[in-house]
Amino acid sequence: MKNLQAGEDAYVSGGEKSQGLVLEINNLSKGFGRQEVLKNISLKLFDSENLVVLGKSGSGKSVLIKCIVRLLDPDSGTIDLLGHRMGSLNRNELDELRKKIGFLFQSGALYDSMTVKQNLEFPLRRIKKNLTEKEVKEKVNEVLENVGLSEALNKMPSQLSGGMRKRISLARTIIVDPLIMLYDEPTTGLDPVTSDEISQLIKNVQKKYKTSSLIITHDIECARTTADRIIMLYEGEVYSEGKLEDFEKSNDPNIQSFFR
Amino acid sequence: MSKIYKLKIAIPVKKVKSFASAQSLKLSEKTYVKAKKAHGILTGIGNMSLFIARIIKETFSSQFEFKEFLWQCFKIGYKSLPLIAITGAIMGVVLTIQSRPALLRFGAVTLLPGMVAVSIIREIGPVITALICAGKIGSGIGAELGSMKVTEQIDAMEVSATNPFKYLVVTRVVAVILILPILVLFADASGLVGSWVGVNIKGSVNIVLFISQAFSSINFMDFIPALIKSFFFGAVIGIVGCYNGYNAGRGTESVGIAANSAVVISSLLVIVVDMIAVQITDML
Repeated sequence: MKNLQAGEDAYVSGGEKSQGLVLEINNLSKGFGRQEVLKNISLKLFDSENLVVLGKSGSGKSVLIKCIVRLLDPDSGTIDLLGHRMGSLNRNELDELRKKIGFLFQSGALYDSMTVKQNLEFPLRRIKKNLTEKEVKEKVNEVLENVGLSEALNKMPSQLSGGMRKRISLARTIIVDPLIMLYDEPTTGLDPVTSDEISQLIKNVQKKYKTSSLIITHDIECARTTADRIIMLYEGEVYSEGKLEDFEKSNDPNIQSFFR
Repeated sequence: MSKIYKLKIAIPVKKVKSFASAQSLKLSEKTYVKAKKAHGILTGIGNMSLFIARIIKETFSSQFEFKEFLWQCFKIGYKSLPLIAITGAIMGVVLTIQSRPALLRFGAVTLLPGMVAVSIIREIGPVITALICAGKIGSGIGAELGSMKVTEQIDAMEVSATNPFKYLVVTRVVAVILILPILVLFADASGLVGSWVGVNIKGSVNIVLFISQAFSSINFMDFIPALIKSFFFGAVIGIVGCYNGYNAGRGTESVGIAANSAVVISSLLVIVVDMIAVQITDML
């Protein structure tokens, strides 16, 4: 692995914020049959940080993010999320922890049999059971306003454009006030203007809700807008790590292929 | 000499992890193909058994998704009524018209309402309703869950701390099990109305006389086995539809495969369950 700067110590000593570790992955490996997708991945995500995991399609980025929330079980290695070892949690403990995680899927994954309002209420009513009807309504309106789609309340997902679906999906994840946001290719399939809007939205969400974010992407513009720190995956391994400017300056051909 | 193949006994990693690296055996080509087929069938049966066990466990665990269950009852039951009514009525008319010449030959045309009623209530009503539901409900469930799987909606539920199995599978299976007997009773009633229409095409029997003749040949015990097997038909349709949808692959092609498999397998199993039910009823 190429360390493009002195790593998290330098980042911490940069004094930008007090750094608590929210996610730590050590030697994570995952394969499907004989194909090894992730090889000894190790990374750390700090409190209120936007960490971008950059890599080509097929480099194992989506597998990594799915292992973090245990949608996939890793073959080896450990994942510690908010102080909990993911592999040792039972179903109830895992559900409790998942309430603190927001996951934006590549496809948006809006429930297409429900309206936007029902999509937003679905996790809210399950995770925050003590809210009154008025509070639920207020929260739904608040997140819709934050993503700039107040008028979409009663629309079905099929009536929304790709960018709108992503925004609503983002609203659905932030409505439960997660501590960590995981973004799986948030700008894939969107035009450059909408991609930029989504990237800005991710940045704004991080500022407003003080979340720690792990952003999986191959979109360099998205990385430029959102990243505090970047980790690059190459053929299932951590290839390099550092700040955006370190990547921009690098002469490594594999890194340059992204940043030129 | 036939080619020697190595068979790696691979059991789905997620389900039974400790067997994943089981022994390699040296087998001939013919035996290899047979063993592979047998392995596929046994794995399917094993996975289906685990699926059924999970449904039973999650049905009786806490936090039943009652609202979603009611919605599924409405979708599965209420929205199937027109189709069931039309099919039941047509079956009644057809059965009556087809049976009339045979009874007429023996001068026993007055037995027509009774004979048709027994046929509909004991056999035709439950089986036809189940086969229609296998097509309408089974394919609907298979396609809906398969589509949710492909578009990561099931994963989205999972990560938002909702148990998708309980929300999607348990509610649908329980709804089909409870609604199917009601649909069967509705199909029976429609079939008898159709039969009355059929009788009146070439004769004249008022509805009161028709009902009196029909119910003189049947008793309460004719309904019981039919209703009991309807619960099993419902279970077959719900479980097979949900199993195929919930375990659909990742591509869009998988949605079609899930829907198609749900219809084909559940229709076949309805006939098998019916055969077993008839044998058991016959012994009683």
